[in-house]
Amino acid sequence: MTAVTLLDTTLRDGSHAVSHQHSLDDTRAVVSSLASAGLEIVELAHGDGLGGSSVHFGLGAERDLDHIEAGAAVAGVTRICALVVPGLGTADDIRAAAAQGLGAVRVATHVTEANLARPHMTVAKEEGLLPIGFLMMTHMATPAQVAESAAQLESYGAEVVYLADSAGHQISDDIVRRVDAIVSRLEVAVGVHTHNNLGLAIANALAAAQAGATYIDGTLCGLGAGAGNAQLEVLVAVLERAGFSTSVDLDAIIEIAETVGRPLLRRPQVVDADSLLIGIAGLYSTFLLPTRHAAAVYDVPTSSILRELGKRQLVAGQEDMIIDVAYGLSTKVPT
Amino acid sequence: MADQIAVAIVGSGNIGTDLLHKVLRSNVLEPVALVGIDETSDGLAAARRMGVWTTAGGLDAFLADPISDDVAIVFDATSAATHIEHSPKLRAARKVALDLTPAAIGPLIVPAVRSPVLNGVLPWNLNFVSCGGQATTPIVHAIAGVVGGVHYAEIVSTTASQSVGPGTRANLDEYLNTTARALVEIGNASSAKTIAIINPAEPPIVMRNTIYALVDRGHEEAITTAVQRAVEEVSSYVPGYRCLVPPQFESTPDDAVVRVMTVTEVEGAGDYLPPYAGNLDIMTSAAARVAEQCATAVLAGAEFAEQTEGVR
Repeated sequence: MTAVTLLDTTLRDGSHAVSHQHSLDDTRAVVSSLASAGLEIVELAHGDGLGGSSVHFGLGAERDLDHIEAGAAVAGVTRICALVVPGLGTADDIRAAAAQGLGAVRVATHVTEANLARPHMTVAKEEGLLPIGFLMMTHMATPAQVAESAAQLESYGAEVVYLADSAGHQISDDIVRRVDAIVSRLEVAVGVHTHNNLGLAIANALAAAQAGATYIDGTLCGLGAGAGNAQLEVLVAVLERAGFSTSVDLDAIIEIAETVGRPLLRRPQVVDADSLLIGIAGLYSTFLLPTRHAAAVYDVPTSSILRELGKRQLVAGQEDMIIDVAYGLSTKVPT
Repeated sequence: MADQIAVAIVGSGNIGTDLLHKVLRSNVLEPVALVGIDETSDGLAAARRMGVWTTAGGLDAFLADPISDDVAIVFDATSAATHIEHSPKLRAARKVALDLTPAAIGPLIVPAVRSPVLNGVLPWNLNFVSCGGQATTPIVHAIAGVVGGVHYAEIVSTTASQSVGPGTRANLDEYLNTTARALVEIGNASSAKTIAIINPAEPPIVMRNTIYALVDRGHEEAITTAVQRAVEEVSSYVPGYRCLVPPQFESTPDDAVVRVMTVTEVEGAGDYLPPYAGNLDIMTSAAARVAEQCATAVLAGAEFAEQTEGVR
């Protein structure tokens, strides 16, 4: 049986779904439960990673370092992981997090900008952390370009390169071709991070595993940006059915999803009209809640803002474009 | 009495060459040399075509040549590491160094906000912060001027991937730190954060800057006017600097504090660099403007600082 490593990001990607308001008690409860169920890696802190707490992305209820310290205290042998996006999080942030018990770092860049990751990847290695590369918005690059970026990350020392379908835009064939482009060419382990905007988070994760990906992200109850991520408890069940082995206990994770995961949800984690539009347009999934907010402030339909944003080849982090577009729509003279 | 000041540019890459085009248009600056290290560079070829003296022997060859004798101001458009080597040599040769690299040895300068003549003297070394700093500090400073200080400033600079070179990519953290420092030191924010986003869209996007400021409520109209004036001031030396979204005000959990948000873009003049590279154009435009201010001060008999101020 092929082994797959599962990484839980309920407390990181899931932060987007709760506007970065996870409490330290949430962190303790989720990390200790996941550790007891056998998760190898748990990612946490602000949804946009270390340093993400900001006016632009939303202020976190607690400091990243406090989340990491709280999580590390109850993690046992499970590694605590943090995302860091160059241009937002810094090498100093990684060092400070390492001092609080961090065990792994995912350095995230837009799919074509992998060379931004080099300094952060270097510091991750110096600090003895598991260095992971994380390519965002992979639907915006061809399989060959994705492989090119993965090769760059491997040369910087990445032990795993993740392909994120940040917009939940890919169908299984898209993700398989991208995984295959790396597996056929590089030594580095491949991971996938899926979103459910087209209802394919689990299907795409399974297809990626069958194509050779050995690291897969999930979240309890699917909590995450847009329509959410691959639902972890479902993922474990599906991978078992498909003949993969994981370190996670299925019965335990099903129970944890209901008792620890579901209480975190502030709204149903489903594919609704807005998240579906995000998936169709290929927009970053985190745009969902800020777009709804701007729609209310500027009195324009959410769907109009999303359709206009979809025309602009936007990358992760361009949430300011939402107000730009909403303002533009609100001042447009009706014809 | 001379009515022009001789200047030289060190660095024959994109920035140095674009700067040469801008300096050639100035009434008070006379560019006499472009200094490179690669005989075959496009920049040196362009300078020779424009009748400007060149050397591929670097700063040392320039300083050893008599042509450097009358040069009072030297732009450094190389790299931070190289500027750290250049700085003492320029000081010893009694030439004002205008540093476009991230070295940040001298005081930070943003021409819309403050004159290079600081406390009555002209420093020997001035640093241009960063493209994001040039594009956003004047706005934060304008808002701070209305309300007597900004509690917190945060800026998001989004640039075309095609305009971000390997030096910036390898030193993004320094870019963030220096820009945030300028928002505090020059912009009068109590604290600040910088976010940089790089977008590879085709055709390339024009540089855009989103500026957030947390300030005491009750000054909305005055802030809008002040931001408009600051945009006009910057656009007087960067013609492609525009406001895309005028100040938007949103309440915050603290009733006494309001969040200001405004968006500007910087389209380049297209001298040597393509117009989308407004992030580079705002650096060369600011440097040309400051050089003119320095030249005017030198012609008026300004005193030089005895020691380089602000050395860290």
